[in-house]
Amino acid sequence: MELFFDLLLVFLLICTVAVSLSKNLLNSIIIYMSFSLIMSVIWILLESPDLAITEAAVGAGVTSILFIITLKKIHAILKNDSEPEKSGEEHHE
Amino acid sequence: MSRRLSEKDYEKTMSFHFHRWLSGEKDPFLDTVEMKPQQQFHESEELVHEHELQHQRIVEHSYDVEHNAQVRLFRKFYKIFCVIFCLCLVFILLVGVSSLPKYGHEENPVNNEVSARYIERGLQETGAVNIVTGMILDYRAFDTLGESHVLFLATCTVLILMRKDKKENQETAQHNDRIYEPKNDVILQTVARVLVPFIELFGIYVILGGHLGPGGGFSGGAICGAGLILYLNAFGFAKTERFFTGKTYKCMCFGALACYSLAKTYSFYTGANHIESVIPLGTPGAILSSGLILVLDICVGLVVSGTMYTFYVMFRKGGY
Repeated sequence: MELFFDLLLVFLLICTVAVSLSKNLLNSIIIYMSFSLIMSVIWILLESPDLAITEAAVGAGVTSILFIITLKKIHAILKNDSEPEKSGEEHHE
Repeated sequence: MSRRLSEKDYEKTMSFHFHRWLSGEKDPFLDTVEMKPQQQFHESEELVHEHELQHQRIVEHSYDVEHNAQVRLFRKFYKIFCVIFCLCLVFILLVGVSSLPKYGHEENPVNNEVSARYIERGLQETGAVNIVTGMILDYRAFDTLGESHVLFLATCTVLILMRKDKKENQETAQHNDRIYEPKNDVILQTVARVLVPFIELFGIYVILGGHLGPGGGFSGGAICGAGLILYLNAFGFAKTERFFTGKTYKCMCFGALACYSLAKTYSFYTGANHIESVIPLGTPGAILSSGLILVLDICVGLVVSGTMYTFYVMFRKGGY
């Protein structure tokens, strides 16, 4: 169990770094979603199932959906992913 | 002591003038203030050309990274300072964490008589098997009331920011909304038809079982809201508007918050005046037990599920 917990923590670290380094915004959101899922498993291992349920529903579910709609509204998700990084780049320039 | 004013007297009063101004019968500035009609701004061909040239020059000058030493220097230092700043922040946070008391140590400041009382007498005093729910909805119910109001305020803010009032705007928004959407996706609809009842049932179970096991109003409400969002995604607004409109949300939220406030007012009143509360605590472990906690859980669940759904609708369409 100890090993499993450490493995989850390492995944958490990888996810946080990957969110900030990912060029594609949609990928970042999906990685963030997996971050929340791992976090909810960690809450269960820390014996707080209340928080685990909330984290899974709010962090992985509703927040990510709101992020995705926002991306769609600002046209950061293109219809047929021909140039997925273009709109993401424009914001930095 | 009130007397009737005659019509002539009434026309002299302030309220008559104010009412006339409010209904737009007379503009008080019409003959007293000099007014000029707004004029269209015209620009000659040469001026436009010159402005464009100036703009071009400025852009070339400032974005020409190869020859602009200032920009090049700034970019280089910007990157270096970013890294240094991040490292400093990491260092400060690590130092802060390392000076925290050891986790689970018996002489920590967290380990005091408050938590001891919660653990020892929580079941007797609140009647909730789940101590966490007993804490947040009984000992600290005032905090939870504030949280519910914060959620309601957040929805109001989103309404102010995102709501589109004019009909035509709403129609274009709906059109834009449907462009990237797969219309009547069979897989999504089939999956939603099977999953949504179970999600809603699980959410209601989590809300109702808040005082017996893990769960409670907030988590159950979030699950219910997520189920509603899935249903909306699969079947579209026409189906959900049959049972959930803006009016439903208003009634639900207002009713739940008022119910919560009234219930808590009662328990504060009885508690402060040392009156015996008439609400029985019941046998611990039964569904109808632990006093007001079940009612408060349902209120919080209603507010949260409505808020989640309204956020989604506002983000997508800007109005029900």
